[in-house]
Amino acid sequence: MRFIFKTKYSQDINIAKHNGDRFWYSLLILIMAALPLVLDDFYLGEISYICILSIAGIGLMILSGYTGLASLGHAAFLGVGAYTHAFLLTNGVPFYASIPIVIVVSFLVGAVIGIPILRLTGMYLAIATLALGFIAEHVFIKWEHFTGGNRGLPVPQPEFLGMSFYDSVFFYYVCLVFLIAAMFAAINILRSPTGRAFVAIRDSEIAAQSLGVNLGLYKALSFAISGAFTGLAGALLAHYIGYLAPDIFNIFLSLTLLLLIVVGGMGSLHGTVFGAIFVGFLPQLIAICRDYLPSSIGSQPGLEPMLFGLILVFFILYEPLGIYGRWIKIKLFFELFPTYKRQTFKKQKVFTKSDRV
Amino acid sequence: MQLIQLIIDGVASGCIYGLVALGFVLIYKATETINFAQGDILMLGAFVAYSLIGLMGMDYLTGFALTVLIIAVFGFFLDAVVVRQIIGQPAFATVMLTIGLGFIFRGFASIYWGTDIFSFSTPFSGKITEFNGLIISYVNLSIIAGTAILMSALYFFFTFSKIGVAMRASSENQLAAYYMGIPVKFIFSLIWSISAGVAAVAGVLLAPITLVDTSISLIGLKAFAAAVLGGFGSIPGAIVGGIIIGIVEQLCGTYENYLFEGVREISAYLVLILTLIIYPRGLFSDKAEVKKV
Amino acid sequence: MSLFEVKNITVAFGGVKALNDVSFDVDKGEIFTIIGPNGAGKSTLFNVISRIYEPSKGEIYFENKNISKTKPHNISKLGIARTFQNLELFENATVLQNLLLGRHIYKKTNILSEVFFTPSARKQEHEYRLKVEEVIDFLDLQHYRDTLINGLPYGVRKNVELARALCTDPKLLLLDEPSSGLTNEETIDLGFWIKDIQSLLGITIIMIEHDMSFVNKVSDRILALNYGKILASGLPEEIKNNVDVKQAYMGE
Repeated sequence: MRFIFKTKYSQDINIAKHNGDRFWYSLLILIMAALPLVLDDFYLGEISYICILSIAGIGLMILSGYTGLASLGHAAFLGVGAYTHAFLLTNGVPFYASIPIVIVVSFLVGAVIGIPILRLTGMYLAIATLALGFIAEHVFIKWEHFTGGNRGLPVPQPEFLGMSFYDSVFFYYVCLVFLIAAMFAAINILRSPTGRAFVAIRDSEIAAQSLGVNLGLYKALSFAISGAFTGLAGALLAHYIGYLAPDIFNIFLSLTLLLLIVVGGMGSLHGTVFGAIFVGFLPQLIAICRDYLPSSIGSQPGLEPMLFGLILVFFILYEPLGIYGRWIKIKLFFELFPTYKRQTFKKQKVFTKSDRV
Repeated sequence: MQLIQLIIDGVASGCIYGLVALGFVLIYKATETINFAQGDILMLGAFVAYSLIGLMGMDYLTGFALTVLIIAVFGFFLDAVVVRQIIGQPAFATVMLTIGLGFIFRGFASIYWGTDIFSFSTPFSGKITEFNGLIISYVNLSIIAGTAILMSALYFFFTFSKIGVAMRASSENQLAAYYMGIPVKFIFSLIWSISAGVAAVAGVLLAPITLVDTSISLIGLKAFAAAVLGGFGSIPGAIVGGIIIGIVEQLCGTYENYLFEGVREISAYLVLILTLIIYPRGLFSDKAEVKKV
Repeated sequence: MSLFEVKNITVAFGGVKALNDVSFDVDKGEIFTIIGPNGAGKSTLFNVISRIYEPSKGEIYFENKNISKTKPHNISKLGIARTFQNLELFENATVLQNLLLGRHIYKKTNILSEVFFTPSARKQEHEYRLKVEEVIDFLDLQHYRDTLINGLPYGVRKNVELARALCTDPKLLLLDEPSSGLTNEETIDLGFWIKDIQSLLGITIIMIEHDMSFVNKVSDRILALNYGKILASGLPEEIKNNVDVKQAYMGE
């Protein structure tokens, strides 16, 4: 067990709490940077995809995991980001200018959607975002001038810094850099007053309000920030897919993002990366399952949703803190060995807290 | 005349939305959770009816009753075994849990029954009656009549039967009901069972129109609009909300040219969003909610 | 000149009047206690002051300014802080984070400077922390800085909530049943702290309380409510001997 001797307030403010953190995270970044030396294009593509999922996950995590607002229609923001980016690139806007515009546009879309529905709480919000997701999908189909409708929209792959997005090594580095930048941005928000206000809203709206947090403003802000991150992920996703069709941004993608944050661990940024790795490799996992199951079941198309549902139910019931929670427990087990007690993480008995009078 | 025709068709499909919404409302009133798998239970109901009536050749009414019974028992154990475990957790957990359950049901259905589109014959299939130039199909009539019968049955059950009153008491105040010796957990499972049964009724009634496949579970999502419109706490509200949604959909479909293309498919969701923005508590909400501090 | 004034406040829920024409005023530097049986409308009164409930009639003045129409999130900016009867802490955050939220009203950074965590954002965090540490010292919370609220005993949680209210640097502090759920020792400590808050920090206190010996020890003036109406008000001695109050409490 490590004891940190604190002598300065900055130690609590800094991102890295001690030199061990600094060492391990630098090592991780170095390893990630060196990956193209050992991995082939296929795996680099997979990892790029995981980076993109992580960025989208950060967006949803800020909204759901930190502000406590559920969104069942987050694929819409991926769509907004992807279509805006593709539209701008098609009209000759260079990559470095398009990305900031995409971020601003998704931020504004988030704010505009957030303002009317921020009065809603809990279930109502979940239902409203679900409906908005459907409406957005529909808009992507029908607004042909902008999205190409059902015909789809090819994504231009322009040169950037003299490199092409067709080069999977280059694309991998782009995704990695954006993920690291997004991570820093999210951490910074969360260690600032705004991030604390989000957590306050999640844990007790009434107390947050009595401490001067403008509930409406901060909920809308959370929606907007979440939209900005997810929109950025959408822009990168556009490059990854190469050809946008409206049915990509459907409810299933929204739910996949939710699965990502639940499996990764609600309320932790580490969780988004764990969750993204899990979701990214889910298709392979399902393929493996198919091989092991008798072919009468293994070849069925229903297997995928079924496994998806089973994983979700399993995590909600038995590992509500997700993979990150499990990781913390394992770490603590070794730190406290042999005095670890199972009870440390025993689920507290909770009683229904009614919202009614 | 055309308008009346549209309204009749709208009422019929609205009754289905209303029945599914009724399932939401029952569970919400009792446990303050929303069952996102309601549409998937409806789908299971339709598939079970297909197995009993279409495959095993059972008589329609017997098959109907047996389907409702099977699904109701299933609903009971769904709560007793799975959902009960997360009572008291944040709303988000229930949302995710029931979404996950919905996926499992859909996956199961497409593995067990396959992904084809099925149908089974009913006494109403293909028959129509004419009245003053209006064409009314027997299927639509059966839906409207079925909804009316079910509603009155539920009304009498909740008002007069001892267990129905116990259910109302439990949903008003869990703790007080518990102290009065009402087995609250059992009652909750029973409510899940009733709401699953109602979904099964909707599934069987709907089967002749949409035929049976896994995509009918999407009706559950449109039924949210009905429940929200009805105020999410009111049983008649759910049915009225459903009927309004059904009619709006029909009208949007017919007058699409005057509005915008594809409005029919999203009209229910638009109504939902507008309701939430304008009347966040729904049209039929009975009490103003003030959170006690 | 009184610091805080409630004028003819009436609150009705449906047909029930939770508060009926209640008026009183509190002087600067006072400890003013509101007592009354359950359902007398005490917490409703606090919720009207913090603008969670809308009064159907009446006004509230703070420093001679009518605050009856102020937005709920602006109340704390005026210098009014409160605690809650059933604790409303941020359960999944540490004590330190809870207390830092008490400084939220002094936020000067905007979202852009926070995303990049500019030197001004860092400086602001330091300033917040200095004040928070003062309060931590004042209420002896040093051991719990990095503990999650979830893992704290009830008495400490109550303390954290008081600390969080103090972090806003209030002029007026509303305490909703500060001693409920505390052990005898903790209640005695609380009595000293409340006196210290009054004399050392110069904060005016309005408090809802049930424990009469505690009330008599710390209060300067007492207001007794019953069924939403004022039963009596005055010095602790007067209230102790008031016939109506005795009757409301004992049913004599």
